[in-house]
Amino acid sequence: MLSALLLAVFPLIGTTFYVQLGAKIMIMAIFALSLDLLVGHTGLVSLGHAAYFGLAAYVLALISPKYEAASLWVTLPAAIVAAAAVALVFGFLVVRTTGVYFIMVTLAFAQMLYSVFHDTKLGGGSDGIYITVRPELTIAGIKPLDLENPVQFYYFVLLIMIGVYVLLSRVLHAPFGRALAGIKANESRMRSIGFPVFAYKLGAFVLAGALAGLAGYLAACQFGFVNPEILAWHQSGTVLMMVILGGMGKLHGAVLGAFAYVLLQEFLSAPALLGAYAKHWQLAMGSLIVLVVLALPDGLAGLFGHGRSFQRNDSNSASENLE
Amino acid sequence: MFYLIQLLNGVQYGLLLFLLASGLTLIFGIMGIINLAHGSFYMVGAYLAYWLAKITGSLWLAIPLGLVIALAIGVVLETTLVSRLYKRDHLYQVLLTFGLILIFEELRSILFGDDVHGVAVPALLDYSVRLTDTLSYPVYRLFITAVCLSLAGAMVLVIHKTRLGMMIRASSSNREMAASLGVNIRLLFALVFAFGTALAAFAGMIAAPISSVFPGMGNQILIICFVVVVIGGIGSINGAMIASLAIGFADTLGKVLAPEYSGIAVYLLMAVILLWRPQGLANKT
Repeated sequence: MLSALLLAVFPLIGTTFYVQLGAKIMIMAIFALSLDLLVGHTGLVSLGHAAYFGLAAYVLALISPKYEAASLWVTLPAAIVAAAAVALVFGFLVVRTTGVYFIMVTLAFAQMLYSVFHDTKLGGGSDGIYITVRPELTIAGIKPLDLENPVQFYYFVLLIMIGVYVLLSRVLHAPFGRALAGIKANESRMRSIGFPVFAYKLGAFVLAGALAGLAGYLAACQFGFVNPEILAWHQSGTVLMMVILGGMGKLHGAVLGAFAYVLLQEFLSAPALLGAYAKHWQLAMGSLIVLVVLALPDGLAGLFGHGRSFQRNDSNSASENLE
Repeated sequence: MFYLIQLLNGVQYGLLLFLLASGLTLIFGIMGIINLAHGSFYMVGAYLAYWLAKITGSLWLAIPLGLVIALAIGVVLETTLVSRLYKRDHLYQVLLTFGLILIFEELRSILFGDDVHGVAVPALLDYSVRLTDTLSYPVYRLFITAVCLSLAGAMVLVIHKTRLGMMIRASSSNREMAASLGVNIRLLFALVFAFGTALAAFAGMIAAPISSVFPGMGNQILIICFVVVVIGGIGSINGAMIASLAIGFADTLGKVLAPEYSGIAVYLLMAVILLWRPQGLANKT
């Protein structure tokens, strides 16, 4: 609540650069929230979540007219529906796998989409496409929000982020969400008491894909440019890192993780601070990721929350490798 | 004749994939570790070949030296980092090895820059077999095929016929039981990991003369290896062999028939296999 208030007053004090950075972070937070539904609440570790993020971004770029603004009312639903539809098709195939298969198969399908955009001329190949004019939002002929304006765009993203947060916490407290928690804890038990586990997992996968699409749409709006890197697996790894950094299974953790990761990245890649080594910021980021895995199993939210549990037992993994 | 060349290319590419995928599948099957950095080892191998061949002047000297370095990297990584992950969820294994990829890529960028490099084919093998008046086939590719085949054969022999192989199979099916019967699991795991690392690096080294040495080369091949492992079934060497060859053919054929869409062919193959046998070809459901 307090942090939402802080975010709301931030544009009043921040410069344009920081307002834009804030919007970028909140977009990544929406993306991380959508992944947390899978990783933290359903127990599905997806390493291909950027596919839906990037696909929606591409949809906006492909259907926007070249010299005039596209309507938000058309492009936003189109982008989300496209992301959800692809998540449905991929999900139908990947949800039948478990554990480490799931990780590899989600990655592989995301890579398939990457090669579609990278190798064919559909989306401008590896060069990508520019979105010259941002979509506009009109209600009965009036434009309540100008998305070209960084501050207004910031508030637009903030509203959406809060909306997604509220939606997800509602979903998680609804019977659907409780069933997902049950599946995460013990899938075969849920199956044997009669839950259609496949349908629940697929439902979560599609919802997560749709919300990732929403984030991707906003990202394309902000940058005005898409290229295949937006759905590369590097992006999928980054968002997974945000979820873990913040602490998975806690919605505020995903938001916290996005903030921490992007700010850290800005810090490490700022030449003013680190000189020539800023170019190699990924070295520091990689080392940090390794350290977080070794030292902070519960993420940042675990640090601030009640009682860190270093002794948590994650040993259900090794037993499934050779059955 | 044209199709014979494509067939040979498919076999050669498939066998190279096998070298990588077998290490990946063994490390997973035996140790329960999903290793995203496996592709980085391939890249490390290729850059080692480039660097050592430049220093020593010969790929034949570069390969053994590179293997020693790769084994050392494998042992160090296993003892310092990977060994802490055995009891952790796959999620953390994914993240830690993802972090390792970033580290390897940046170290590569700092040490060797971001340019594409080439490694010369050794003079001994730098000629072609003439097939027809216009078509010929480079001997070096045949050499890769032969080396990969003999390595695959040796691996199957070691796993199924030797005492070491027996210990490996025992600890992959029941770690605690094998340990209580006197198998030194710690040592065995370090060995398997170092061996997998060296195998991936070796693949990178022998592939360097034909594929050139470039940034990001490891990630590209890693994902194809995942497809191989998924199709073949995790932990299965035989499955990895069948799947590698299938992918080798699918990719080569795709490049000939529909170049723009060849990148997609292998994933479609995977989708079909997933529908048909979600646990992979070799594993029974």
